[in-house]
Amino acid sequence: MSTNYEDRPRGGGYDSDDDGDRRPMGGRGGGRRMHRRRVCRFCIDKVDLIDFKDVRLLQNYLPERGKILPRRISGNCATHQRMLAEAIKRARNIALLPYTTD
Amino acid sequence: MQTKRQYEVVFIVDPTADEEVAKLTEGFSQIITDQGGVVTKAETMGKRQLAYEINHHKDGTFVLLEIEGSGREIAELERRMRVNDRILRYLTVRVDEDRRRADKLKDRRARKAAKRPAPAHGSGSRRGGSMEFAEAAGE
Repeated sequence: MSTNYEDRPRGGGYDSDDDGDRRPMGGRGGGRRMHRRRVCRFCIDKVDLIDFKDVRLLQNYLPERGKILPRRISGNCATHQRMLAEAIKRARNIALLPYTTD
Repeated sequence: MQTKRQYEVVFIVDPTADEEVAKLTEGFSQIITDQGGVVTKAETMGKRQLAYEINHHKDGTFVLLEIEGSGREIAELERRMRVNDRILRYLTVRVDEDRRRADKLKDRRARKAAKRPAPAHGSGSRRGGSMEFAEAAGE
């Protein structure tokens, strides 16, 4: 697998994603609390590995309900979202993170 | 045989059996060595609250083992952990492939940086731009 993600965030791929997102947001009118980051945090920090034991980090991507924050909100690139999801699932298995919260 | 595989094994020990943690860890390490593996790291991550109840326990002691071997010792280790009721849960992750991949990426990045000490116009300035973006959006 060639993960050339360094070049990704700068490409046009995510500009177009941006446009697609903004319209429905405006339409719904509930886009006030959007924490859009646009850019993959992990790409910026040049993260190659996401450790499932790093609860502090993973928790940022688990909103109250305990679901994995979708890419369209966090702005993660596909590669890192995949790594993140994997790490979160492992952490859930070993009871470091909840499957659900209510 | 090919290169050794690396594994990370995390297991949760029953909090009421706190004194046994060291003994259990040692026992498991012994199993690994007997099977021809090497324990590169054995670390107690301490007592932690569990994110959800396991067998009516709300917390447990987490122990991390890093193991190098062929994979056969993992089978034995997991078998032992499964039958031990002191072990609430365990998770084994094979890490060598991911680590190798990470190293490769790091390497490639280093080489790229060496090739272009002063980044070329396009990518350099644009990368800077996107970073500012992220900071602004994050706050």
